[in-house]
Amino acid sequence: MAETSGDRGFREGAVAVVPMAVAVFGFGLSYGVLARAAGMGGVAPVVMSLTTFAGSAQFAAASVLQAGGAAATAALSALMLNARYLPIGVTVAPWLEGGFWSRLLHAHLTVDESWVIAAEGTGRWNPRVLLAAGMGLWIAWILGTLGGVLFGNVIGDPTRLGLDAAFPALFLALLVPQLRSGERVTMVAGGGGGGPVFLPPPPPPPPPPPAIAALLGAAIALALTPFTPAGVPIVAAGAACLIGLRRHG
Amino acid sequence: MSAVWIVVIVSGIGTLALKATGPVLLGGKPLPDRLTGVVGLLGPALLAALVAIGTFADGQRLVLDGRVLGVGAAAVAIRFRAPVLLVVIIAAAVTATARALTG
Repeated sequence: MAETSGDRGFREGAVAVVPMAVAVFGFGLSYGVLARAAGMGGVAPVVMSLTTFAGSAQFAAASVLQAGGAAATAALSALMLNARYLPIGVTVAPWLEGGFWSRLLHAHLTVDESWVIAAEGTGRWNPRVLLAAGMGLWIAWILGTLGGVLFGNVIGDPTRLGLDAAFPALFLALLVPQLRSGERVTMVAGGGGGGPVFLPPPPPPPPPPPAIAALLGAAIALALTPFTPAGVPIVAAGAACLIGLRRHG
Repeated sequence: MSAVWIVVIVSGIGTLALKATGPVLLGGKPLPDRLTGVVGLLGPALLAALVAIGTFADGQRLVLDGRVLGVGAAAVAIRFRAPVLLVVIIAAAVTATARALTG
């Protein structure tokens, strides 16, 4: 197993992750500021960065809470955005060594960026690089959130500063790279944007373009907004992914 | 317990369960292609919904206000491959300016 997982080690992973960790730190700053503005307080956003450790999901939860949505819809939105980690976890699983706790730690530190850095090509992943890159991203994300929460404290009315428009702008920035291809993983400068997840060789028929799912999701959300409580339209928009069933039949 | 902490705990446990299912339980068996295709489209669908709601929804009403200009400016910035943090700052600044001018 050691031979097949490549020559790179913890050190190479730590070096490779530095530019992304800087970006994630900045991303964490904006999360801390926006989460505080959304009424999450100072401690909860930092704890969420420690535990959930996924940017788009955490922003989604904060945005649902800000809109007055229920806890259940906020949590469900976050988990649906993190559903991609099920197949991502499956891809790294064969390359992890050690017992339960070691595997759990590697799983926790698997985010979009560490997963990309640790890829050795042809469906192989390097667990030492994964560990180092994941740790670097985790620390940057937590410190960024902490900084944003402290900085957010001195910000006044969030709508006067246009912070409510920062949420959709951020989600748009996370969405655009995902629309380019349905077959390759896209990398997002942040704590995890998600994505058109790997397809193992030999390639099955391509799924419907992510752009169709995106348009359908937006249409469902807008159509439901006047009739349902806050947060529900977003969760319901997830049903747009079911078009992925069609061409695989 | 407050709604915020319920979200933090449920999201934390749920996310770890999603990440760890492969490494701890499955031992590397691949997911069916059908499931992979569906899960891969969840991200775009939800993110687009969040963009639409964040731009047009005010509670349960759909409105056109300064956010449209802010998100439009953000789209231009994304087109020119601006970093995420800059995109967010541009959106906030344009929206705040539009509100200051019209309010």
